[in-house]
Amino acid sequence: MVPGMIPVKGKGVRTMSDRKFIYIGIAVLLIVVLYPFLHGMVASGDTTQPELYLPSDASECIEETEYMTANHMVLLNEWRDTAVREGIREYTSQSGEIIKISLTGTCISCHGRKDEFCARCHDYSNVTLSCWNCHVTPEGN
Amino acid sequence: MERSRRRFFRDAGAAALGLGYGLPVLGTGCSFSEEGTHTEGDPTNQWAMVVDIEKCKRDEVRAACVEACNRAHNIPDIPDPDEEIEWIWTEKYEHVFEDQVHDHTPHAVLEAPVLVLCNHCDKPPCVRVCPTQATWKRESDGVVMMDMHRCIGCRYCMAACPYGSRSFNWRNPQEFIAKDVNGEYPSDYPTRSRGVVEKCNFCVERIREGLPPACVEAANGVSGGEGALTFGDLADPDSEVNRILHDTHTITRRHSLGTGPNVYYII
Repeated sequence: MVPGMIPVKGKGVRTMSDRKFIYIGIAVLLIVVLYPFLHGMVASGDTTQPELYLPSDASECIEETEYMTANHMVLLNEWRDTAVREGIREYTSQSGEIIKISLTGTCISCHGRKDEFCARCHDYSNVTLSCWNCHVTPEGN
Repeated sequence: MERSRRRFFRDAGAAALGLGYGLPVLGTGCSFSEEGTHTEGDPTNQWAMVVDIEKCKRDEVRAACVEACNRAHNIPDIPDPDEEIEWIWTEKYEHVFEDQVHDHTPHAVLEAPVLVLCNHCDKPPCVRVCPTQATWKRESDGVVMMDMHRCIGCRYCMAACPYGSRSFNWRNPQEFIAKDVNGEYPSDYPTRSRGVVEKCNFCVERIREGLPPACVEAANGVSGGEGALTFGDLADPDSEVNRILHDTHTITRRHSLGTGPNVYYII
């Protein structure tokens, strides 16, 4: 017995013979941690951008398409607050056009198909939207 | 400088007195100046309604008002009276004007039907208690507004309102709104969702378009109901509402509470 080592009752002295279990443990940990990344690498290619139903009689929304894609939620929240709380019902776009602030009147007059427009992107990005819990739901005709 | 003990005590006492009296006076001054900037209860315009109880005694008149309101605002028809949603409805006279009746009031008066709705008070208690400012008094025309996006359903406003003008959505109201043959709701007005409080909005969506409230229009459309409800601006000296208030004896509900109701009753 090495001087200074304290014997453990019934188990003898711990040595590096546990090395096998340690390596197995590290391997399991790595698999668990890396699984999402590995899965993503294998499964990638399945996803396609959602196809949107766009109105045929207009080339652009009230602002540029890129801006609308990225910021429609900001704009809608602004519209909600100015219309409901301040009673302001006119919006001036970047191009100087004056637009009526109305979800039902303005937005839905073009984007009249919830399932083929709003829902396509929102399902894809897993973002719940609550507008249609109350506002008239554009089902399309 | 030599300072005697006696003089020190005298000055200290004077300072304490000065603080004790001065600070509260200063504080009151500050709070006065704060209130001065507050325009609540003194809007430039104030929509008001006059209800002629005698003309509203006919069932058809009241039914037409309630029906028009229900359709205009997609109000659900929930059978359970504990959960029903009401913006304008009928109550017995003795419940509407409990401070106007006594032991010898005739039975017919006690039982008389009276149309009730939100009073759009000058000093609305519901607005004071709302923790999210989901309800507020609009400065431009005195309508007590509701923002359903902000309401968290705490129901403080319902506890504060002395007129019981507010209803809570215990369940999804959409299931109780009758749709037409095309599967559409009676109007474009947004429905509410479960967990929000709602009440009469004086038809802000109609007065914005220059139309009278739906109930007023409906009452005038029933023969014998013309003038049962009158709507107008108190700030306009020529308005029909002002003419009636000037010429006729009218009362408001629970005047002594100081809420300043803007729905007046011709008894």
